[in-house]
Amino acid sequence: MSTAATTEVEHHADVHEEEDNSLWSWLTTVDHKRIGKLYMFSALIFFAMGGLEALFIRVQLMYPEQSEFISAQTYNEMFTMHATTMVFLAIMPLSAAFFNFLIPLQIGARDVAFPRMNALSYWLFLFGGIFLNVPIFLKLLGVVGVTPDGGWFGYANMTLSKYSPGMSIDFWILGLAILGNSSMMAGFNFITTILNLRAPGMTLFRMPIFTWMSLVVQFLIVMSFPMVTVGLLLMLFDRSFGTNFYFPPNGGDPLLWQHLFWLFGHPEVYILILPAMGIVSEVLPVFARKPLFGAPFVIFSGIMIGFVGFGVWSHHMFTTGLGPVADAAFSTTTMLIAVPTAVKIFNWIATMWGGKISFTLPNVYAITFVFLFTIGGLSGVMHASPPVDLQQQDSYFIVAHFHYVLVGGALMGLFSGITFYWPKMYGRKLPDGLGWIAWALFFAGINVTFFPMHFLGAMGMIRRSWQYPAGVGLEGYNLMATVGAFLIATGFAFFFVNLIRGLLGAGEKVGDDPWDAATLEWSMASPPPHYNFRKLPVVHSDRPLWDEKHEGGSPVSQAVIGKDAPAHVEMPPPSYWPLLLALFQGGFFAAFLIGGGGGKFDASAFGTQVMVQLVMGLGMLFTMFAWIREDARPR
Amino acid sequence: MSSHAVPAGAGHDETFDEHHWRSLGVDHMKLAFWTFLGSDCFFFGSLIGTYMYYRGQSLVGPYPRDVFDVNITSISTFLLLMSSFTMVLAVLGAKTGKRGMTLVNLALTAAMGSAFVAFQMYEFAHFYHAGLTLQGNLFGSTFYILTGFHGTHVAIGVLWLLLSMFWYGKGWIRGDEGNAIEVAGLYWHFVDIVWIVIFTVVYLMEFVA
Repeated sequence: MSTAATTEVEHHADVHEEEDNSLWSWLTTVDHKRIGKLYMFSALIFFAMGGLEALFIRVQLMYPEQSEFISAQTYNEMFTMHATTMVFLAIMPLSAAFFNFLIPLQIGARDVAFPRMNALSYWLFLFGGIFLNVPIFLKLLGVVGVTPDGGWFGYANMTLSKYSPGMSIDFWILGLAILGNSSMMAGFNFITTILNLRAPGMTLFRMPIFTWMSLVVQFLIVMSFPMVTVGLLLMLFDRSFGTNFYFPPNGGDPLLWQHLFWLFGHPEVYILILPAMGIVSEVLPVFARKPLFGAPFVIFSGIMIGFVGFGVWSHHMFTTGLGPVADAAFSTTTMLIAVPTAVKIFNWIATMWGGKISFTLPNVYAITFVFLFTIGGLSGVMHASPPVDLQQQDSYFIVAHFHYVLVGGALMGLFSGITFYWPKMYGRKLPDGLGWIAWALFFAGINVTFFPMHFLGAMGMIRRSWQYPAGVGLEGYNLMATVGAFLIATGFAFFFVNLIRGLLGAGEKVGDDPWDAATLEWSMASPPPHYNFRKLPVVHSDRPLWDEKHEGGSPVSQAVIGKDAPAHVEMPPPSYWPLLLALFQGGFFAAFLIGGGGGKFDASAFGTQVMVQLVMGLGMLFTMFAWIREDARPR
Repeated sequence: MSSHAVPAGAGHDETFDEHHWRSLGVDHMKLAFWTFLGSDCFFFGSLIGTYMYYRGQSLVGPYPRDVFDVNITSISTFLLLMSSFTMVLAVLGAKTGKRGMTLVNLALTAAMGSAFVAFQMYEFAHFYHAGLTLQGNLFGSTFYILTGFHGTHVAIGVLWLLLSMFWYGKGWIRGDEGNAIEVAGLYWHFVDIVWIVIFTVVYLMEFVA
């Protein structure tokens, strides 16, 4: 029975239908594939919230001098929460969904290096995301007056207690701290996984491009988040304890915040885009029936983007007057980083060139990525020139640029990934009909919304402004952008409904390798058994599955026999400690609000805060104790 | 699956031990911990950078030279540096199976670490009474935050050492005991090295020229 060849493998699909789907099993899961799915759906829900906030912005800007729809204060809150949500709660976790689901499958491992810490990362992310959004609900209930309104960049000294009294900024600071914590832990985990759990023969340069780009991203995360953590800590101290880091009257310098923020903020840009680039590098070759053109160049470009990404942060600060030397240096590095980015684009085009392209939905999303990202990249490199940047800074031209990169780029790449890997996740293709409608609405909506913003910016319309004057020619483009925003929203509604239909069982049942792909994740059942590989594969090339199917290479695909794991496989048991530890850790962070919240130090409440934090700290200690003991349990 | 029959597609032989397979040949925990230390470099780098950025920028006193007593801080620095020596001995003991040596040296390391923290608490109290507060000037803000976060790292390290002693004494450490103690040692040495930088930048440089 065990000599089953690949042909038999295709009929396994009902093997896993008795899978335990109870709520408890999801709360205690340490399976990287389940955690990936949790990340994906949480991120999509947060994405919907961020999108709703964007619609508020666009409706407010639909007509000039509008003052009836939302107040200026609410407008500030909307653009702050829109950006914070989209960056930290939508695109990053959507990328994390793919890190989780794909990396162990692509490198031939049974799970990540630290499965429970992986679950901890997810729960911390979820709590951090909810925590960030608490002020919105408190405001709706009338408990607090304002929600975070300092922009996603939170510039000091606007966010210091003098100008932002109340708890809103404290929620924002602590929420970001929790999210950073979660991302950094995931970073250590994935670096260890990728470097240390590759299957025999999977050398670094046989790793799939997505795994490569993920590795670069994890290094960016673990190196850049500490810097913003320090920035946030200093801000928290300034607000709660009256220190002077960003407070000019006592010699402090608000520019320090900008440096610490953008030292993180620019690598963050690549944290957002590189995973999508990785996904596109997987999708395009499969549907062009060709290997990725110049794969080592794509890899080295990714590494170079990561390196140079740390040396360009001050191009966000040209208008602060850093002086000609600094401006020239950062202008040069910024132009330099366009080179590896362009290398990738040319490689993708050369991959498609002369290929037998099939225009499936995932492939069309990937091509959309290449097309729209190129537009965003071209407008981006314009800001590398300080004199040009002085004109464009804080204008809608910038808004147009980064939305082309993040929506047209990152998001389209990630949606390509969702449609591409859905059959691997659930054993069925996504229904095509709604999928195509959603894509068409996205494509139209993105261009209708963001292309006119280039003109608005060039005409001098500034960002983050609640109103704009009538009669200076801004009306038409703004109305157009608002219409486009609704197209995107409708597109997302179709996309999401399609996913729900897919979850409920719609869509064509397919085999393990529906796209005739080349890499290991397609070599086992769809959905994969919880232990992934019956036997860890031995890898002889960068396209092991392709070689097996088409080149007579040594076999890597996995026969599926029965539901249970083979006897020699030990998988980590489920655990509730990650969820508990995340609760205690989240509580520890949240307790800062008791004494230090509200932009002032409250000595009478500080005792309570210390008590709560002591309890939370002891809870953390106890949980970690139990965690380690659980590990020591004989299996 | 009665026997370990090899399905088509599994290439390696029966002797392959997948549970101990590590592509780099390094323990997971050690590798992850090195990446954490790299990450923590950026954390302290930002704090030290902040200190440097504001060095000499305070508008009012007390200034560093008014409060520093470099002799006392040198004693605590010496203790911390020596604790790295006992930490190495503890790791050596754990690697060679000399349990007594490990426990004694872990205890010595924890004791010296605690002494360092005690010195720092004394120093903070002393500086506070000399008028240096968190709010008073930039020097106070940057000094307390930088050395305070380092002190917190040392305190966590002491806690870790004590728990390691307990765990090790009970024989609860699963797998390679030497490795578990070594990872604690990595953290300890890192915290030590960071102090060398802080001591140089914050204290010694005040007395140069």
